[in-house]
This record gives sequence, structure tokens and C-alpha cells, in this order.
Amino acid sequence: MKNKLGKQTLQFPLLPRIVGSYSIVGEKEGKGPMAKWFDMVLEEDTYGEKTWEKAESKMLKQAMLQALQKSGREKENIDTVLSGDLINQIMSSSFMARDLSIPFLGLYGACSTMTESMILGALMIDGEYASNILVGASSHYCTAERQFRMPLEHGNQRPPSAQWTATAAGAMVLSATDKGDAAVKQGKKQQHGQEMKEVYLSHATVGKIIDTGIKDVNQMGAAMVPAAVDTILRHLSDTGRGPDFYDLILTGDLGLIGKDIALDLLSGRGVDLTAIYNDCGAMLYDKKQDTHSGGSGCGCSASIFCGYVYDEMRLGKINNALLISTGALLSTISSQQGESIPGIAHAVAVTTKGVI
Amino acid sequence: MDYLYAFLIGGGICVIGQVLMDTTKLTTPRILVIFVVAGAVLTGLGLYEPLVQLAKNGATVPLPGFGYSLAKGAMDGAKEGFLAALSGGLKNTAAGLTAAVVFGYIVSLIFSPKSKR
Amino acid sequence: MAKQQQQQQQQQAKKPKKEVTKQYEQYVKQFTPRPKYFTNCAKAFVVGGLICMAALYIQNLLMKDGMSEKNAGAFVTVILICSAQLLTGFGVFDSIGKFAGAGIFVPITGFANSMVAPAIEYKKEGPVMGVGAKLFSLAGPVLVCGISAGTIIGVIYYLMK
Repeated sequence: MKNKLGKQTLQFPLLPRIVGSYSIVGEKEGKGPMAKWFDMVLEEDTYGEKTWEKAESKMLKQAMLQALQKSGREKENIDTVLSGDLINQIMSSSFMARDLSIPFLGLYGACSTMTESMILGALMIDGEYASNILVGASSHYCTAERQFRMPLEHGNQRPPSAQWTATAAGAMVLSATDKGDAAVKQGKKQQHGQEMKEVYLSHATVGKIIDTGIKDVNQMGAAMVPAAVDTILRHLSDTGRGPDFYDLILTGDLGLIGKDIALDLLSGRGVDLTAIYNDCGAMLYDKKQDTHSGGSGCGCSASIFCGYVYDEMRLGKINNALLISTGALLSTISSQQGESIPGIAHAVAVTTKGVI
Repeated sequence: MDYLYAFLIGGGICVIGQVLMDTTKLTTPRILVIFVVAGAVLTGLGLYEPLVQLAKNGATVPLPGFGYSLAKGAMDGAKEGFLAALSGGLKNTAAGLTAAVVFGYIVSLIFSPKSKR
Repeated sequence: MAKQQQQQQQQQAKKPKKEVTKQYEQYVKQFTPRPKYFTNCAKAFVVGGLICMAALYIQNLLMKDGMSEKNAGAFVTVILICSAQLLTGFGVFDSIGKFAGAGIFVPITGFANSMVAPAIEYKKEGPVMGVGAKLFSLAGPVLVCGISAGTIIGVIYYLMK
């Protein structure tokens, strides 16, 4: 296996590129500190639809189509769509793909779906089974909350460790060739007067499930931290890279509490990431927005990867980043039956340097 | 004086609920169930009645009061016979329950849920 | 023999896992901010107490008009339930709940809210299997357990008589 490093890491010698991306978030997220990085902020979380599920599906579709447009490609050029979400039987993704008439593979990795789709998309391109792949993920506060927790109008108090499911979606076009992204390039070039860089996917580390035995659905972040830490350490040892290789190591939705635990666990293993580590869930909201432990959901990491990370990399402000979407693979039934929460984390290494 | 007791006892029962919410992992529906069943059991043991005499609505408005009404209706019915023991609990709470179901149904059909900001 | 050994091994493997979980939970606790016990309790106490006082006030008013105590009590319950459900419909109850916690949740108002909140959410699933069924998704357990407990106590009373 010439393209496998160590136990869990894959490398992509053909270096699939990200040639277009689009992020779309809800009203609350649009008032947070990351607002300027998102391509679109909804004025209302219903997005003009009758149900929350339809709204989420429309957000995902919008992200997909706009990412496609920004990549300068046509629908006919796309070989496969890979996407997922949190709602029963990945409803938002399936109904999004219903209208696209592009071959579709639905994924479920809970909140780890964004990197899961990126890894599989990169594999298809690197294996020369596809030249253009559309990947994405979405989540919506109102659809997730009623499925996993309490109804919206229920007058309960959220504990301090609770996280806020992000109303957000993100999509990317992965491609084997071409500089692409012409429209953005022109626009941004004028703005910043500097050349835009290409963004490549170089490595991926597929995580394994780690279950710490935590059963509290309001401690999601803490339940996922060991999986994230395991994937980060595994990635570093498989690739032989030191943590200082990266400008940014970004986990998906561990939240404020999870971020502290992750840093502490990593430093316990002799890896100090304080300067370069961050968490999308911890970045998405302002403390004043009263989300308690920060954001969660597929859309949390999807929107930040597609918005902030991608734009910063295009501008050359970040050159090497390790993106880790983290997922809590529980179901509503498993938690009622008293099962603990299995955590998972997949990592993708992105670089602006066209070499491995 | 009645008002003071209603305030103190009613507030006190709510504080018990708040402590359960903050210190245990019990979800709110479970806490409601615990309160109703506790109210019924305490009534059965004859411990809740004095509280109702003392605090009036302070003891009947919180959810243990719902358990109290159910148990008291059944216990009063038991004096008349087996069937009355079965029907007593619901008879005693019928007005509130019916209002909750019918009005709740109407409200749910009229209004729509709103996203939280 | 082999089976016994296997069982023993399994038991040994299980035991440390539970301890690991416990240790991790303890560890996580250090990072989790505690709820504001005192302010939460104070808010619950005041709001809950005020609701009970208001209920008593209304009951006294009704009784002044010549209503029997039992009828007045039922009337007050109906008023509380309906107003809580209306507030839920207007989308205000969740904000009050966030502030007052158990103060509004433990009085009968919380029960009324837990009927309407899920029902309203499942409106799009239709008036029968949506609203009709979900009206009881949270309140159902309360009714089932409450009615069962009350009736069992009544029957025990009947048998003891």
C-alpha cells in the first residue's frame, strides 16, 4: 500500500484541490464573531420554507450550487455528490440531491461528516475515479434540537455544558485539475491586490471510535475529545510531522469546554498546541450570545472550513492546516437505552504548497 | 398570612425542583414525573394534606398538588366503593385535564414554533 | 474451565473500564463551569412563590363571588394552564423558563407547557399524528405515572377499609 502511512493515515499523491467553496449560516451565527467569513447569512432561519427540514435542505442546496458556481464548473462536470446531515435518514441531504440529478452518496458521521465527505471525495479523485466531486454537510438548530433534545418552546434551562447546534451549511468542490475559482480570484485579487493560492488536500487520517463511557447528552464535547486527541496524535505519528508543521489545527465542535480538555489532554501527552489549536464550536459564537459551551453540529465545522479556513488559505495567511471534524455517534434511541456516547474524529491535512 | 405561606411553600417546592435540575442529570420530564408521583404517595401517607391546609395554593399549584388531587380523589372514592376509587382521581382533576387537552390542542393548531435567537 | 476463565477475563476487563469512565467524568468536571446554584434557586423560589400567591389571590376573588372552594380551585388550575399554553404559543414561555427554571416549571404551568411545546413543533406532521400524538409525548409519562400512582393508592385504601 504505497499511499498509506502508518496505521490510519492516507496520502494523496495527486493532490486533489479545493476549487470552490461556499458557506451559509443562520441569523444567530451571522451575529457571531465569524460573521464576515461566511458567504451568506440568512435573515430568517426558515429561509422562506414551511418546515425547518426544508429550510436546512435548501441551505445545503444553496451552498452546493454556489460552490459549484464559484468553482467555474457546470453541474455536468460533477461526478458525485457526497453529503450528510443529522436528521433522520439524512433527510436534508437526500432531498437536496433529489433536485440536483448528480450521482449521490449519502454519508452519516454525525458532526464529523464534513471531513468524512472530504476524505472520500479526495480518495475518489486520487484514485482517478472522478475529476470533480461536490462535498458538503449541514445542520439546523431547529431540526436537530427537536430530534435530539427538547422542543423549541419547551421552557427548560440548558446546563452550562450544553452546546448550540449551528444553523449552517458548507460545501466544497474538489477537483483533480485546473486553477478554477475564476470569479472569486478576480474579485479577491482586486480587493487584496495579491495572488490567490491553490488549496490542496495532502493527507487524511481516518479516526476510530473512542467511547469514554460518558452518557450525558449535554456533555457532547467532552465525549468527543478523546477521539479527537487520538486522531491528532495518530496523524502526527503516522506522518512524522511535528505540531509546528501546521499553522492551524482546528477541531470541529468540541466547544469551549471540549477545547480546554483537548489542550490539557494533548499537553499531558507532551504535545503543546496552545498557539495553533482552535475549535470551530468555540469560535462560532460570542460569549454574549449565551450558547453556553459553544456550537456543535455538522454545519459548525463545515461553515468554518468553507468560509474562514478556505479564504485564509487562498490569501496565503494559513499555509498548512489540519482540520478535524468530530462526531458524537449517538442516536435518540441509544441515549434512551442508557448507552454511552461513541466519539469519532477524522482529520484532513490541507496545504497551499503543491507538494507532499 | 395565607399569602405568605403560599409563597413560602410554593417557592420551596420549586427550589427542590431547581436543585434536582442543577445537581442531577435528570431531564425535566423525569422531574415532573417524580413530583407528581411524590405528591400522590405523600397524600396516601397522609403527609400532604396538612401542607395543603397550611399553604393552600402554595401546595396545590406545584405539580405535587396534581398528584395530591389524583390520590385524594381516589381515596375519597374508596370510601364509596371500588368503582368510585377507580374514577375518583380523574374526576377530581377532570376540569384541569380537559382544559389542558382541548385548549392545548387549539393553541398548537393556531401557533407555530419560533427559532431561538 | 475455559468458559469460566473467559468470564473472569471479561469481568476484569469491564471493571477497569467503569473506573476509567468515572475518572474521566471527574476529570471533565474540572473543566465544566458549575450552574449558579444560588441565583437559580433564588429565581425559582421567587417566581414559583409568586405564581402560587397569584393563584391564591384569584381563588379568593372567585370565592368572594360565592363559588365553592373546590370549584374555585379547579377554575384557578384551568386559568393557569390556559395562560401557560397561550404564552407557549406566543413563544414567550421558553424565555421565562430560561430565567425562572423550576420556578415556572414545577407549578402546573410547566405541565401545560410540556403539552403544547412538542405539539406545536410537530404541527407540520398533521393534526392527528403530529399535534394529536405529540401533545402527550412529554406530558404522557406524567399523566400515566400520576394517574397510576393515585389510583393504586385509592385501591389500597379501598382494600384496607
